[in-house]
Amino acid sequence: MSIRHGLLALLERGPMHGYQLRAAFETSVGGTWSLNIGQVYTTLSRLERDELVAALPENEGQRPYAITDGGRAELNRWFATPLERSDRPRDELAIKLALAMTTPGVDVAAVVQGQRTAGMRALQEYTRLKTRTGPDDLSWALVLESMIFQCEAEIRWLDHCETALLRRRPAPAPASATAPAPDREEAHR
Amino acid sequence: MSDAVLEFRDVHRTHGTGPAAVHALRGVTLRVRPGELVAVMGPSGSGKSTLLNLAGGLDLPDGGEALVDGVALDSLSHRRLAAVRRRTAGYVFQDFNLLPSLTAAENVALPLELDGTGVRAARRAAFAALGDLGLGELAGRFPDQMSGGQQQRVAIARALVGDRRLVLADEPTGALDSETGETVLRVLRDRVDAGAAGLLVTHEARHAGWADRVIFLRDGRVVDTSGPLAAAEDLLEHHS
Repeated sequence: MSIRHGLLALLERGPMHGYQLRAAFETSVGGTWSLNIGQVYTTLSRLERDELVAALPENEGQRPYAITDGGRAELNRWFATPLERSDRPRDELAIKLALAMTTPGVDVAAVVQGQRTAGMRALQEYTRLKTRTGPDDLSWALVLESMIFQCEAEIRWLDHCETALLRRRPAPAPASATAPAPDREEAHR
Repeated sequence: MSDAVLEFRDVHRTHGTGPAAVHALRGVTLRVRPGELVAVMGPSGSGKSTLLNLAGGLDLPDGGEALVDGVALDSLSHRRLAAVRRRTAGYVFQDFNLLPSLTAAENVALPLELDGTGVRAARRAAFAALGDLGLGELAGRFPDQMSGGQQQRVAIARALVGDRRLVLADEPTGALDSETGETVLRVLRDRVDAGAAGLLVTHEARHAGWADRVIFLRDGRVVDTSGPLAAAEDLLEHHS
């Protein structure tokens, strides 16, 4: 998602100045994505250039911004359009594993297990945060849930990778080491 | 480390003999202390159920030791082992296994009554266990008057009634929807936070997220563990 749409959504509640927008943004996503004030003002000036927001007169040294009709139309269009998978960043982990598979001397199972442990630890942490959310924190709870489900999906995928790697490994009993499989000892610590 | 309610020391368990032998556990070491919830994850056949059965004294190891409150289960007579099963450990299964003709309070009181506690004292303990879990209002209801989630929470109360301090849960959220399953896990978590030791077998990472530590089993071995690093150190034993 872009910061542009985030700010437009917040301004739909009413005019706000930069610091208010930053605080409101962090409240709605629960600190999972923190903005610096420079990003907020840069984005606001672009939105103003595109006539999606309008600057209001300064008040106590702060300049509030209001959403325009054009901004509202853009916001509605954004909410009405599903995110395409291709709009999201490339999956760095899948690329890393693919490279690990094809790079000699890499213990792929260890890469998989290390990643799964990290994913599980993150999942535990998000679950802990979720237990502390109150009934009024539904938007934050849902953001946490999203991260929990993503962790879960990643862990399931890593489980699947581990199984596939073990299946590919030649049977251990007869020492007919003709198959040119890479060294892939079961990782242990 | 005698503070552990449950301790496995290099536990091995093989089912069957000869070429058909299945090595269900191959050297598992772990500890579960009061106030600690440990989740066990792993694919089918990884040894999860065997581990849970050994923890509850429903099965005994071929090698190594399974200890409850510092006592090796295989050193006990049948009678004393049965007493551990009845008094120390409580089970929560995928199916709630509540008796349909008994109310929630009667279901929870039943294990104590079977163990020789008087009806009145058992009923008192059952109300206390239900109250601890915030289920006091369900006490008089029959299973068919409760939702699946409520039944499962009553089953947790039954698993922990009296002074049983070890709760063993096998996919306790079973077929419950995710929201209801979560209330069940919350109850389990609360009970553990109040001082019980918990072992949770699950194949869902989202549920394992409620645990303090997560152990990954594969082919009877602990291949991975996730949790506080200090605790992980004494947990991670890998015997090939």
